[in-house]
Amino acid sequence: MDNLLPRLPFASWIDNGVDWLVSNFGSVFDGISAFLKGIVEGAVDWMDMVPSIVLAILFALLAWFVSTRRIALFTLVGLLFIDYLGYWYSMLQMLSLVITSVVIALVIGIPLGIWASQKSTAKKIISPILDLMQTMPAFVYLLPAIFFFNIGVVPGVVASVIFSMPPTIRLTMLGIEQVPKDLIEATEAFGSTTWQRLLKVQIPLAQPTIMAGVNQSIMLSLSMVVIASMVGAPGLGEEVYRAVTQLKTGVGFETGLSIVIVAIILDRITQHAGKKKQGGTIQ
Amino acid sequence: MTEQTKKIEVVNTTKIFGKNSRRAAQLLNEGKSKSEILKSTGATVGVKNATFEVYDGEIFVIMGLSGSGKSTLVRMLNRLIDPTMGSVRIDGEDIVSMNKEQLRQVRRKKIGMVFQNFALFPHKTILQNTEYGLEIQGVAKAERNAKAIESLRLVGLAGYEEQYPSQLSGGMQQRVGLARALANDPDVLLMDEAFSALDPLIRKDMQDELLQLHHDMGKTIIFITHDLDEALRIGDRIALMKDGDIVQIGTPEEILMSPSNKYVERFVEDVDLSKVLTAGHIMKKADMVQIDRGARVALRLMKRQGISSIYVVDKGNRLLGAVTAQDASEATTSGKTLADVLVTDIPTTSPDTVLTDLFDTVSTTTIPVAVVNEEHHLQGIIIRGALIGALAGDGQFINSDRTVDTTVDTEQLMEVEVNNHG
Repeated sequence: MDNLLPRLPFASWIDNGVDWLVSNFGSVFDGISAFLKGIVEGAVDWMDMVPSIVLAILFALLAWFVSTRRIALFTLVGLLFIDYLGYWYSMLQMLSLVITSVVIALVIGIPLGIWASQKSTAKKIISPILDLMQTMPAFVYLLPAIFFFNIGVVPGVVASVIFSMPPTIRLTMLGIEQVPKDLIEATEAFGSTTWQRLLKVQIPLAQPTIMAGVNQSIMLSLSMVVIASMVGAPGLGEEVYRAVTQLKTGVGFETGLSIVIVAIILDRITQHAGKKKQGGTIQ
Repeated sequence: MTEQTKKIEVVNTTKIFGKNSRRAAQLLNEGKSKSEILKSTGATVGVKNATFEVYDGEIFVIMGLSGSGKSTLVRMLNRLIDPTMGSVRIDGEDIVSMNKEQLRQVRRKKIGMVFQNFALFPHKTILQNTEYGLEIQGVAKAERNAKAIESLRLVGLAGYEEQYPSQLSGGMQQRVGLARALANDPDVLLMDEAFSALDPLIRKDMQDELLQLHHDMGKTIIFITHDLDEALRIGDRIALMKDGDIVQIGTPEEILMSPSNKYVERFVEDVDLSKVLTAGHIMKKADMVQIDRGARVALRLMKRQGISSIYVVDKGNRLLGAVTAQDASEATTSGKTLADVLVTDIPTTSPDTVLTDLFDTVSTTTIPVAVVNEEHHLQGIIIRGALIGALAGDGQFINSDRTVDTTVDTEQLMEVEVNNHG
């Protein structure tokens, strides 16, 4: 085999490509890096100005508003427990990273999903890219992320965005495609424009499915925090990583539990936000 | 109904589904059948060379079994499905050659559509559903609310504005579907199996209400159904489809009484004629006498016709009653007028009464049943022999245009009078 086919130097092509991008667009990446860093760290500073008990109550109220009282109670108790364990600031750092990367994933992902649902060629192009994004081991694109954005929180955000965007795109696409055909016919028969059809019928009806995608994206982004800590992203993930490397089982368990609490809160809140809006009788 | 303007003209319109539509169209023109084309090209012929007109203000029913192409055909009328060939003209404008914007305007202003499974928007209230067509045209909120509320009132759903579709029964949901289509005030309503998903009793109510609405608003309605009874009940004219072909177009009577081929014949053979034919279909010309002519003239007329009673009308041809030969004879000897011996307790019916509802009256009366219109003008009479003949499917007993000559035969009358004086 070795003799029949010449070994193509894929690896060095990619290395050269990355080098070329870094040397030619370095200032662009620096700009993006500074911008993302500013957002994540700004959010942490802003949240840290509020006393932990007040912030916990605010989150509980938010949970109550979009979901149930039970979840609101769990939010309050869970957050205060994290504070009690002494991981409040790390939790804020993690939350900031997760929220920033999810917001970026949604801002890019939802329009892409809508576009792919309208144009079959767009769908054909996007689908394999999504497969690649989801199955490629996250460590692999952490490396170029370091070259582009240096060590710290930013490559963590970028890796999280790439890893967490596919479900939002896929489920947005699915939700819009699942709107029954006769409703589409009805919008067409009354003379809707494409935008009217999308905004007044398809997207509202796809909303529960889109929210399921958002929920998945948040969960995937949370699952990235430990990996992101390897490139220097601060937060609970960093605590877990340190505990693991130093063989501190107890600390590892505490920090891991804190991540689980945040995950449950975010999961329940976003799940209910998707269901609650629909006119009372529709599940 | 005689002065009819063409609202919709469909000329040689064909729809072929599938990839090789051009090749399939060529084969179709060579006269190949649907199954031959499917075999050699893989393309399905949905509708082939449909040609028909729909007149302004009529209810045109397209009927056929599933797979006959009727839903495809109706969707080509507003281009939810683009025809492969042919033209569809609405008010003389060919919508097949329109661009997107022109087509959108036609859909917004001229054509409303009602769907089989209602196709209501589940996330919108009844009011929001009803005003959808106006909302996308950018009509101001107050105005579209008012129109939608009026439209809901028309279909009997006032007070349900803030409910959601899932809170309503099937029949009510379809009323919303109808109200939504009416809110735009279109000239043409396309109704795709609109009542097929409803249970039989509600379906009948909806048919009655549709007929009433049609009577009040005078819209052109194109109604798709697979139910022959429904077609016969509401259609002014019916187009019968089979395998993408229109096999016959005609009034319900024409379809029933002179089927164009074996298929139509088989289709209509089980129809209960007594529910389709009306008094107007089977009535005969009435013998009548104007009241001021006197008893002697009435008696002469009866003798001449060999009948034992005769209907009496006033100068305006309004039915007053009947006299029997015996009473008329007595009146001539005693010098009474016709008015003195007039029997006013006589059986009457309207021309629209179906035969099922006539059996009882016809079986108990001794004189023929008088058919009168809303102004109480005598239109004709019903005799038992004609009723039975029509039920047996005998065409000679059926007036397809539902009228008989009602003018008083003046010549005959003159003759009688001359004899009378002489």
